[in-house]
Amino acid sequence: MFHIDFNKLRFLVCDDNPHMRRILRTLLHSFGAREVYESEDGATALEMYTHCVPDIVITDWSMPIFDGLELAQMIRQPESKGNPYAPIIMLTGHSEKRRVTMARDAGVTEFLAKPISAKGLYQRILNVVAHPRPFIKTKTYFGPDRRRNTNNAYIGPERRVGGEMEVMQQPSLLDKARAGI
Amino acid sequence: MAKEKPAALQIETFADHHVITQPNPLRNVLRRIAEKDLDDPVARAEKALAGLSGEFKNWMTVESERLAAAYAAILKNGFTDLTSQELFRAAHDIKGDAATFGFPSAGAAADSLCRIIEHAPNLGAVPPQLIAHHVNAIQAIAGERTRLDTVTTAAELSRKLRGIADEYLMQVNRDRPEHLEAILAPSLVPAD
Repeated sequence: MFHIDFNKLRFLVCDDNPHMRRILRTLLHSFGAREVYESEDGATALEMYTHCVPDIVITDWSMPIFDGLELAQMIRQPESKGNPYAPIIMLTGHSEKRRVTMARDAGVTEFLAKPISAKGLYQRILNVVAHPRPFIKTKTYFGPDRRRNTNNAYIGPERRVGGEMEVMQQPSLLDKARAGI
Repeated sequence: MAKEKPAALQIETFADHHVITQPNPLRNVLRRIAEKDLDDPVARAEKALAGLSGEFKNWMTVESERLAAAYAAILKNGFTDLTSQELFRAAHDIKGDAATFGFPSAGAAADSLCRIIEHAPNLGAVPPQLIAHHVNAIQAIAGERTRLDTVTTAAELSRKLRGIADEYLMQVNRDRPEHLEAILAPSLVPAD
């Protein structure tokens, strides 16, 4: 069984709703997190991202100034001085498939539709900690691999070019631990 | 954790993309422990959330008053970018928060209102009663939840509002296939 040392993780929570920030803070603290930074809009979050260097970002989508989608796009700048690889969990009231696709294409790592649950949040955090995905850089995209499953039989227009080793699988820590590595 | 030096990247280059693998910077926070020693962080968090629940009724009132204020601004100033956005944000917050606060029917009604704002081609042409009924219903549900007999009524009210709103949206978007598709698409959130 695996245990996450939340007290070693630093979170940045971005939501314009103070009630949701309070709920998130409560959940993260009860998981064991000690360092939880908060911002109420995307612009402040971006500034805090640079200064606080969080391990995991949890952001709402719909916010004033600039929203969570724009925040994700600004973090996922491969040439930026900050860390463009931090896991981003999008926690949002948007629950339509096209929104999930938009978030994915902005470089969001995990998507969690509100209403929030302790279990849902924990599972997303466990996913980003234990199963990090490799990053893909193309002309139009930089972010976590959007393909969670390898399908060698796919021959459609979105197939990546480059031979057999098109998708690099990063062994998860869980698999490594189970194999006794 | 974040203070640690970033690990080296492995970059594989292909014809039209790069695959960048970073040694997991969060590996040090995972520990393998015996099952008997495993605590239940989810149960702990749920307990902490239950500890907050005494404030939920008040929070729901605050959210529904914000929605009413946004609607009052529209009645006074009409649909501008600013007033429409504030109405959407207030409704959208209720859509996301209300079920957590114990008011799932208010969340469903707010979802219906969000769909109207998002998909109506011209908000000024939406029948005023359609929006007013949504706002009034959310306020009524937020105000009356303590009465057990209102739970079924609230769910029924939300269902009817959603039905009327969907009927309206399908009618006004009959020549806008991308909106029609979004209106008819199932939500990712399972129904009650």
